[in-house]
Amino acid sequence: MQSAVFFDFAKRNVKIHWVRSLLAVLGIIIGVVTISSMGILGNSLVLSISDSLSTVGDTVIVSPHTGSGVRMGGTTSDSISERDVEQIRRAVAPDVTIPVYSGGSRMKVGTEDTAGVIYGLKPDDIPILLDLKEGSYIRGASGAMAGERFAEENNLKIGSRITIADKGSLRIVGILKERGMGFDINPDYGIVVEDKWFEQAYDPAGYDLVIVKVKDLGTIAAVKEAIEKKLNRRDTIVDVIDTKAILETILDAFGRITTFTTAIGGISLIVAGVSILNIMMMSVTERIREIGIMRSIGTQRKEVMKMFLFEAFILGLIGSSIGGLLSFIGGYAVSIVMLESTQYLFVPSSLVYILYGMAFGIGTSMLSGFYPAWKASELNPIEALRHD
Amino acid sequence: MENPSEPEPVMRFTDVTKVYPLPAGDVVALNKISLYIAQGEFIAIMGPSGSGKSTLLNLMGCLDTPTEGELYIKGKRVKGMTDEELTSLRRDHIGFIFQQFNLIPLLTALENVQYPFILKTGAADSKGRSIEVLESMSLETNLFSHKPSELSGGQQQRVAIARALVNDPEILLADEPTGNLDTKTGSAIMELLSDLNRNRGKTIIMVTHDPKIAEYAHRTIRIVDGKIV
Repeated sequence: MQSAVFFDFAKRNVKIHWVRSLLAVLGIIIGVVTISSMGILGNSLVLSISDSLSTVGDTVIVSPHTGSGVRMGGTTSDSISERDVEQIRRAVAPDVTIPVYSGGSRMKVGTEDTAGVIYGLKPDDIPILLDLKEGSYIRGASGAMAGERFAEENNLKIGSRITIADKGSLRIVGILKERGMGFDINPDYGIVVEDKWFEQAYDPAGYDLVIVKVKDLGTIAAVKEAIEKKLNRRDTIVDVIDTKAILETILDAFGRITTFTTAIGGISLIVAGVSILNIMMMSVTERIREIGIMRSIGTQRKEVMKMFLFEAFILGLIGSSIGGLLSFIGGYAVSIVMLESTQYLFVPSSLVYILYGMAFGIGTSMLSGFYPAWKASELNPIEALRHD
Repeated sequence: MENPSEPEPVMRFTDVTKVYPLPAGDVVALNKISLYIAQGEFIAIMGPSGSGKSTLLNLMGCLDTPTEGELYIKGKRVKGMTDEELTSLRRDHIGFIFQQFNLIPLLTALENVQYPFILKTGAADSKGRSIEVLESMSLETNLFSHKPSELSGGQQQRVAIARALVNDPEILLADEPTGNLDTKTGSAIMELLSDLNRNRGKTIIMVTHDPKIAEYAHRTIRIVDGKIV
């Protein structure tokens, strides 16, 4: 019951001095919103990036070593020979090895000139690497598949014909699903043809890229090592990239950015804390006589302290609740505007930032209220009673 | 002053000295005061400004403790008590009446009276003790919900006396209770205090400058330069 009385006192004080309470609450709101929205935004970014990258997170990419550009034992430094591909295949079995030709060319669709990348892949490997949007995968040497963006921009349909510079023309048999940013290949702005057709048209010295799809993510580092051991025993012939490690580095960097921006939010909360401290000190100074009266008629020190802590708590609670709500609305708005989706907002790892923000808001208020409350409780009742 | 044949007094001062250490040198506010106050007495403390009246009243009200000497209130030794014990003693056995009324501005008249009751009992005043006390102070019921700033001086002092009485303390300490009131209201308040002493057995100790007000008391203690004369 005593606590209820002191809580009521605190409530009345907050209400009576509503302008300065409002200012204190405003500070907390800003702090909580900054912390929560920065956290939510950062987390949503990490989630969205990891979503768009994780499809290639199970890949080891082998590319020709570009350091020297010197010919070594029949292998040019800018391509990977059939023999090397076989060595890789043996080293990584049973994981799938996908050799890739790549190049770029001017093309013609109808009478329109265009340009794009061309990937040459074995027909069996295409479904492992790429998803089909419409039509079918390549079956014969005269077929090609177009990347989604490329098809859109050049108005390509299933059955359209495309002429590749002076290499002949191909019929589009399928449109690929948009793949987005990746470490291996990105046919969104180009076409995929059969490897045989590529060999006939360009007569390449070797493959431009070898992709190894690793079934068990836990073995990805071992796969990378096995390839390096086999091919780079004497000289560095190939560069081997483990996409999982890259992905982790990128996500880690984003995580740090999130922490950093959230910390900036923390600074604004500290400012809010100082304003609460200020306002509470004002409240104590204004009420010295009242505290003297309360103490003289039998109010204990700890009860005076409780009253002021309640006041700080109320300010923190109001500020944090409003701040939490605004963060959610703000997070929703930012997600729609920046990420064009709210799927990353309604997940626990994003929403938890609202709770963090609120907890920090209330914590800061209580911490800021502690000194004024202690000061009030330590007042000498005789001197406090004399105070005007 | 001490009278061993009397029953345990409500207050007993034995050679009490109060010294305030100041940078310019110690100030002796009370100098070896011995005093015995029995249950049911009505005492006036008089003396010039700075004579030590307020210090004496503060010691009686457990707002301060003696530097030297012994002080017993309700048989309890005040020296060496913790702040918490002093506060509890004040809350349970002593009622304060101030010249400035000192009501809590946030609270209504009734809430001001209820407050010490809740402090002591830890429970809401469900039996209407506060209303009963306020009514006995002849305060009109429609004023119960008024804030102190909406009440006249006399009305505020009645609320303050009700607040002092709500926990039924044995001792009432009054510091110039009529100092801020006109003569007529002052007399009414003094009648009220006399009645509390006469009919309800309250021990009243009152500081006053006004000899006419002091006449209401049974005994007057004069104090000059920290000594009883």
